[in-house]
Amino acid sequence: MTEQQVTIYTPESLLANPRKMLREMFSDLAAGRELAWRLVVRDISAQYRQAFLGILWAFILPLANTVTWIFLSKSGIVNVASTTVPYPLYVFTGTMLWAIFMDALNAPMQQVNAARGMLAKLNFPREALIVSGIYQTLFNAAIKVALILVTLVVVGINPGWNLLFFPLGIVSLILVGTTLGLFITPLGMLYGDIGRALPLFMQFLMYITPVVFPMPMGGLAATLFMLNPITPLILTARDLLTGQVPQFMTYFISVNLVMGLFFFVVWMIYRLAMPILIERMSS
Amino acid sequence: MSETLIKVEGVSKKFCKSLKKSLFYGMQDLGREVTGRRHGGNGELRQDEFWAVKDVSFELKRGECLGLIGRNGAGKTTLLRMLNGLIKPDVGRIEMRGRIGALIALGAGFNPILSGRENIYVNASVLGLSKQDIEGKIDEIIDFAEIGEFIDMPVQSYSSGMSVRLGFAVASTLQPDILLLDEILAVGDASFRHKCYHRINKLIATSAVIIVSHSMDQIAAVAKNVGLLQRGSFHIYNDLSEGIDAYNVLTSASGDDFDGGKVFVVYPPIIDAQLTFSAPSVFYGGDLEVIIDLNCSSPLENISLSFTGVNGNSQSVMNWNNRYLSEPINIPAGKSMLSFTVSPLLLHQGRYSWNLWIGRRKHIEALVYAMRAGFFTVESTQPPLSDIPYLPYPADVKLATENGVKFFQALINTNI
Repeated sequence: MTEQQVTIYTPESLLANPRKMLREMFSDLAAGRELAWRLVVRDISAQYRQAFLGILWAFILPLANTVTWIFLSKSGIVNVASTTVPYPLYVFTGTMLWAIFMDALNAPMQQVNAARGMLAKLNFPREALIVSGIYQTLFNAAIKVALILVTLVVVGINPGWNLLFFPLGIVSLILVGTTLGLFITPLGMLYGDIGRALPLFMQFLMYITPVVFPMPMGGLAATLFMLNPITPLILTARDLLTGQVPQFMTYFISVNLVMGLFFFVVWMIYRLAMPILIERMSS
Repeated sequence: MSETLIKVEGVSKKFCKSLKKSLFYGMQDLGREVTGRRHGGNGELRQDEFWAVKDVSFELKRGECLGLIGRNGAGKTTLLRMLNGLIKPDVGRIEMRGRIGALIALGAGFNPILSGRENIYVNASVLGLSKQDIEGKIDEIIDFAEIGEFIDMPVQSYSSGMSVRLGFAVASTLQPDILLLDEILAVGDASFRHKCYHRINKLIATSAVIIVSHSMDQIAAVAKNVGLLQRGSFHIYNDLSEGIDAYNVLTSASGDDFDGGKVFVVYPPIIDAQLTFSAPSVFYGGDLEVIIDLNCSSPLENISLSFTGVNGNSQSVMNWNNRYLSEPINIPAGKSMLSFTVSPLLLHQGRYSWNLWIGRRKHIEALVYAMRAGFFTVESTQPPLSDIPYLPYPADVKLATENGVKFFQALINTNI
């Protein structure tokens, strides 16, 4: 006879007993790891089995974006200030890193939406969906990073020992992306407005992040760029890649610390919200 | 093996009629939950809300089976979802001991592009089986599902029967302490369904089971007692037949189902037709005398008449037809009256609607076409265990074995 686990459901908020809730969060995280792995293997193999271009899709979009911006700046349609590394490389690394961030941001809502049917009928560790989203983002990020590294070799830029710290840059992009994505997921599941407004907002955010433009020197633009917490993430990751000395280390570290804490809060909200969302989804 | 595995105390759940409001209340509940307050307020209803499940209490031990019955929308599935932990109760407390298995949503997480084998792993993971569990059982699963060589083909090329069979094979490998069955899911063709029942029986024997079903035969076969859910009320019947009887009365007595879709049309040469009964209600085994008043503009030769009784589940349970009368019925022009008697009327107690069809023999069109145009009521002192019509209670039941013959005495009056 196996040891018996007692489960109790009451109308009380789970927050009424925070210690128990934390324990359950981590035990579910552990229990959901295998499921997360299964889900990501399922999604990735299905995705690539059905696509002729296969893993090319992981970087076709940022690549197209890069080409567009190189064209815009070379032809003089858009006047871009000078950058520390050659502009094509600046745009290329910028859009690739941004794409990783966007993948991470979109993943939670995508995963939850795709699993709606399962969520409504079966009780499995809800954390598995977050983890599988992260796995999938990591997989796609690995392809993009490999492409960036090949490009660096071709262009002849040696990032030096800094490259060892570059994975930190990726991890923080994914951390922040996942946190923000998870934050909007509960609301986004109730109201379709969130999902529709998101691309609009993210496009604006991209233009106030040093993705295709270098940091502005002054004025309102400079303030917006500096207030944007994604700025230090992109800049630091790019600097580590291209052998520059990172300029915003303190900002970078504080954003990570704050977001790390925020992630816990958001995770708790997600957990608390699930039964309520499921009730409204199919009632 | 008599531990109490399920303890439900005064559980209620409210739902909202309007989607807009429902979403807004969802936001409110979310706000309360996140700030650590109670879910669902203090048990009061907000505007447009109603109790989908009200005040449900019961306990269940291992090896016991509770049948949940009630009409559509009575809250059976909602109660199951609360027990499964998918949604929270608004009032009350639920305590579940041990591993919970739900035989619902077969094939959850299947991806059509992937092969059957790959999907077994995904599906089993969703249901909470570990990799070792699955690897030890995968051959058994494939065998049971009778998928054979197709197991490495993508699931999208499976027939619908094949994929539900695979889903059932995976889901039923779980060995839960508590089993939730929303309608007994036996899938596939007759021989596979038989296998399913066999599996389910094995699961039922070792766990505490809650089964939702509309088939009173299934309930009567497996359940020890029944809980009858109605919107806003719940009653446990420890006597199975009492509970099933209450359910049958509920399904046949409600007017809502009948009043919709009432049809009575006549076509020329019939000008008018009326159907009445000699008495408003009949006893089980009595005579149902049907009187049809007709008014025709011209004579009708050799008519065909069919009168059907329909129970609360929309099943035809009785039919009278003039086909085997010794000679054809001819209706003259003008007013006439046709009557016949259904005797003995072997229908269980309850309210029945009737259909009437009158046409000319060998003509496809109807001259009188009535669907659920009225009712007749049957009364009985003998509570039925089944909603299957037309069976008098058996007398002279005996069982012959090597050790001799055993006679059974009926507990209720079998004389009609």
